[in-house]
Amino acid sequence: MELIELILINKLNGVILKYPHHDNIDGSVCITGHHLILSSRKEGVRELWLLHKNIDSIEKKENKVSGGIAQGGSLYLKCKDLRIFQLDISNSMELNLVAQTLENLSNLHNPSLFYPFFYIHMHPVMENGYTLYSIEGEFTKVLATEEWRISRVNQHYTAARGYAQAVVVPKGVDDETLLASASFRQGGRFPVLSYRHNNGAVLLRAGQPLYGPKHRRCKPDEIILNSVVNVGMKGVIYDLRSSNSISQQQNKGGGTESAANYSQWRIYNRSMDDVDNQQQLLESFAKLIDACVDKEISCDKWLSRLESSGWSESVRNSLHTACIIAQHIHHKGEPVLIHGTGGEDATLLVCSLVQIILNPDCRTIRGLQALIEREWLQAGHPFGTRLRCGPYSSQARAAPTFPLFLDCVRQFLEQFPCSFEYRQSFLITLFEHAYASQFGTFLCDNDQERTTRDVYSQTTSLWSWVNQPDELCAYINPLYDPTPNVIWPSVAPMSYVIWEELYLRWLVPQRTEEREEQYKVIRTREQHLRSQAQQLRRELLDLAQQYYKTNVLEK
Amino acid sequence: MLENVQLLDKYNLRNPSKGTLYFATTHLIFVDHEMRKETWILLPHISTVERLPITTTGSPLLVRTKTFQSVFFVIPRERDCHEMHQTLLRLSQPVNIEELYCFNYKSTPDDLPKSAGWNFFDIQTEYQRMNVPNEHWVLCNANREYELCDTYPNAIYVPSRASTTVLLGSASFRSRGRLPVLAYLHHNKAAITRCSQPLSGFSARCMEDEQMLDLIRRANPNCGYMYVVDTRPRINAMVNRAAGKGYENEAFYENIKFHFMGIGNIHVMRKSLQKLVETCEQNTPTMSSFLSGLESSGWLKHIKSILDTSWWIACAIDSGVSVCVHCSDGWDRTAQVCSLAAVCLEPHYRTINGYQALIEKDWLSFGHKFTSRCGHVAGDPRERSPVFTQLLDCTWQLLRQVPEAFQFNERFLLTLHDHAHACQYGTFVGNCEKDRRDLRLSDRTFSLWGYMASHLNEYKNPLYSPKAHPDLLKPDLSAQSIRFWRGMYCRHESGVHPRESLPDLLPAAVEHSAALHQHIDYLAKRITTFKKLLSGKKEKNLESSVNYQNGNLETVEIETKTAGLHIDNKFIYESGANLSGMECANDDHPLKDTSSNKPQKPNTIPLITEKTDDVIPPNLSALEAEMNSVALDWKSIKNVSECSCSTPLDHFSRKHHCWGCGGCVCTRCVTRAPLPALAAPAPAPLCAACAPITPHSYLNHQEPRN
Repeated sequence: MELIELILINKLNGVILKYPHHDNIDGSVCITGHHLILSSRKEGVRELWLLHKNIDSIEKKENKVSGGIAQGGSLYLKCKDLRIFQLDISNSMELNLVAQTLENLSNLHNPSLFYPFFYIHMHPVMENGYTLYSIEGEFTKVLATEEWRISRVNQHYTAARGYAQAVVVPKGVDDETLLASASFRQGGRFPVLSYRHNNGAVLLRAGQPLYGPKHRRCKPDEIILNSVVNVGMKGVIYDLRSSNSISQQQNKGGGTESAANYSQWRIYNRSMDDVDNQQQLLESFAKLIDACVDKEISCDKWLSRLESSGWSESVRNSLHTACIIAQHIHHKGEPVLIHGTGGEDATLLVCSLVQIILNPDCRTIRGLQALIEREWLQAGHPFGTRLRCGPYSSQARAAPTFPLFLDCVRQFLEQFPCSFEYRQSFLITLFEHAYASQFGTFLCDNDQERTTRDVYSQTTSLWSWVNQPDELCAYINPLYDPTPNVIWPSVAPMSYVIWEELYLRWLVPQRTEEREEQYKVIRTREQHLRSQAQQLRRELLDLAQQYYKTNVLEK
Repeated sequence: MLENVQLLDKYNLRNPSKGTLYFATTHLIFVDHEMRKETWILLPHISTVERLPITTTGSPLLVRTKTFQSVFFVIPRERDCHEMHQTLLRLSQPVNIEELYCFNYKSTPDDLPKSAGWNFFDIQTEYQRMNVPNEHWVLCNANREYELCDTYPNAIYVPSRASTTVLLGSASFRSRGRLPVLAYLHHNKAAITRCSQPLSGFSARCMEDEQMLDLIRRANPNCGYMYVVDTRPRINAMVNRAAGKGYENEAFYENIKFHFMGIGNIHVMRKSLQKLVETCEQNTPTMSSFLSGLESSGWLKHIKSILDTSWWIACAIDSGVSVCVHCSDGWDRTAQVCSLAAVCLEPHYRTINGYQALIEKDWLSFGHKFTSRCGHVAGDPRERSPVFTQLLDCTWQLLRQVPEAFQFNERFLLTLHDHAHACQYGTFVGNCEKDRRDLRLSDRTFSLWGYMASHLNEYKNPLYSPKAHPDLLKPDLSAQSIRFWRGMYCRHESGVHPRESLPDLLPAAVEHSAALHQHIDYLAKRITTFKKLLSGKKEKNLESSVNYQNGNLETVEIETKTAGLHIDNKFIYESGANLSGMECANDDHPLKDTSSNKPQKPNTIPLITEKTDDVIPPNLSALEAEMNSVALDWKSIKNVSECSCSTPLDHFSRKHHCWGCGGCVCTRCVTRAPLPALAAPAPAPLCAACAPITPHSYLNHQEPRN
């Protein structure tokens, strides 16, 4: 299928464009294979290029005139970056053609037709983002402990479809054992290392054990887990589901570890069902955004819709869970295993947040990129499926898990404005590119799919672009002053802030970046004066030395 | 004094801190000896004291303050608890206004004279700033002895053509004689006037009052009509008609457009705040319980209604239409919206002095009943209402949205709030200007304005950029932009605030820059001196004083380097010393006179002045010691949780940097002395370790410090 066949109309003049923060424009619309171009046809006014993939939903409203004959109408384009455009088209046939074309192009399913495969990166790639964060590089320190090794048991993606080719596992465990454990875990997701803290305590993640109604047992799985527990200690298993949902899963063949079989582990559960239930999370996000874009909403309605969306509770719950797990690791030095059902959503979210709490590296720009590579892309979070649609539409198994993660990080930035190298604008960039992008980083559902579809060779990585010095400097927090220790966020409800720079940006003009520029001015001035003072001190000492020397001689 | 008292922490009920409770004359102090933690509660701040059912550990007592702190004590003996309950009730709310703290308060921490601050603001100067009197508006003497209206200022401004008959007539037709008078005159001649509701009942009318409004309309020659805004909901105004009060009838008043606005009354607001406080006090709040509590309190809705009304008025004025505002008595809602509209319209009111002048004019002079509303003395609890708190909350909403437009910061608003309730200063005592005169507050008590003027640096907003918003301030008033003010209502919950606080970090960076700047000036002077000495040695000219301005070329270069850093005056904080703090207010700041009249304390300390330029240290190590008396690097505030004296430093405690070692100390530990390595002779903040025993010790000090 060629994209050109889907384009029923490629240019239309005399369209009234209405979009946020701008006056209405009498302009034209051009449709190419990947872009919708909105142009005012005026000198000096920038055209607006919109990726079709950014379009979340298209609503058509026809003007009804007497006799029931439609006379043109409006198209409402609701985008995944949360913008809403209105296009007024006076001719009904053209209106339908534009709507149909956009409908066709924004709903492509074959990733090979997506823009990243067509986009030609104009700048020379200084460092290839796809090879930047290799498993060897990321786990150098861990491997140096001689307690861990890289296993390539999943080289052909046969053990765990969602895992990358290489994973880090306890050194004493051979590949046979891993394979046996894979057959006992949902999606083959046998326990692998997520993070090793500087006190030696580790964080592992996995899929649910296939315990089932028949109470299956898998010795190799127990061996893997027991190999990380020191003598005289107990590990902690956190099942991120409610007891209800665990027993439901058990009836379907899943479940949680039995205390009897895993005697060296204490088994807890803490519900993050709200995150692992994709439909619920998407609805929650949709309700939140719906309330955020409502210009006429009253204070009461706003608060009650914010509350009933449940989004802020999900943010708080994720942070809270991460704090609890980080405490086990940091304060008690206990190894922790976490899993939910599939281990592709809440599990990864919590693993990532725990590392932001514990590991200062994750608070740098490259550290966050590495974290996303390790805990989301290589760990098999199905970006393609989850972010197929935004808050304005709905599709099966789509869910804003990754945006939820970004919102959690935004909460950290609010509470620790100096501890992070990146600004919130970097998170917005990630948000936008995760949904629709010219870069291939967030394409497909897992490493296997990206390899088969040649994503790594045929597209450019987002990191290749953002890591260019010119781009990077825009994301650097002027107040950055690294905190070498762990950071504990507040999870009190009054500490939650709405991510206004993202959710409210089309409703209220945002001034955060101007403010950050001011911080920069203040900071730069302080640093300049300091270095100037230092220089003058040296100069003064030199002069004084000369003077006192000659003076002493004269005497 | 009560021993073995437990202080319960709602987040940590299992581990109460044990300690001793002390009664000071002004404070209730709880000291946890083990943790070396102190909790101070100012007695006038106590809002309610509640006894709860006895438990096995003792009798619980819940003390809530007007500054949104709630403290839970458990007292071992029931009798002690009972006594304490009675004592607290009596001390926190005296029966007689003369018993208030301000009448016993003897001296301020800065040794200010009692007169400092009382003459900072006067209503006539404020009107002169608006170019009043002029051809349309005049100062009226009819209220000189408060005969026309005893809750108004004695100086009122009315249309120049209004005759005494009209004024008298209008006053008699308005509730409590509060006739329409000028509150704010915009540069486009549109005016905000304020009054109370008319005594119109169902059909009464008053020719003089109608004339009065007509004259007000005509005082704005640019517009043929004016708005009359009743800030109340329509239904409230209707009910008042039955009591012989009510609102203007559009048919009787020519060329007016009448509007209801829908701000709730003091009782609605009091109950709303009560619910808000309960929401904040939830023991194990979830997101859902917090948000629904917030919603059902209606607090944000009320804040929005006040801001909406204020913005509506500001827009009308900006478009050239005069507005006459009233509510019932015209001292609560009217004060709120008049002030906030003025803040939106006039950049002056977004400065520290301007905002204080606004409070002085719209609130203190026009008779906002602070003593009743804040519950200074025992009285009808139904008279209490957070009207002033709402003004501050609304202002905070604007400040949060557009910080560049405001010279002041959040701490400024919190200070105003706390002192309006504390009665330590006489400023907010009494219900109107006449009350304050009768109590002779300006002779008998200190003024808050004097205290605040000597701490100006603490209230300055480092982001302030007056050029960014030279005129109308346009707030965003969509529901999504009205936020819960955590900094006010959850102030004492130390766990819920950002762990790294920008309101501390940014001013610290600015103050550090100021310190470095002065140090650079000192270094430049010393360099010039040594160059002179080295080159001019043969001329035997050592005794002549060195003129630093005419230094050689390299010094000039240094000067331009400093200038090249885009030094904007707004960033240059004064040294943070007491007196320079006052000087860094506007040049026309009235305290300048006062400070010159009184003995200046720093003069008692021999200062390092210009003359020392030619007195060079005896040897190199002495010079090094002198140079190192100022720290180049300051400790970051972000990881500081307590002062060296082990006083905990939480989110809102003021943290000082020692200019000597760069360490971070609490207010109690900071002392001030001049440092030899600073160009300016003003005393710099120092920690105990850096503070010299005698001012000369630096010159003898041989050891270089870091």
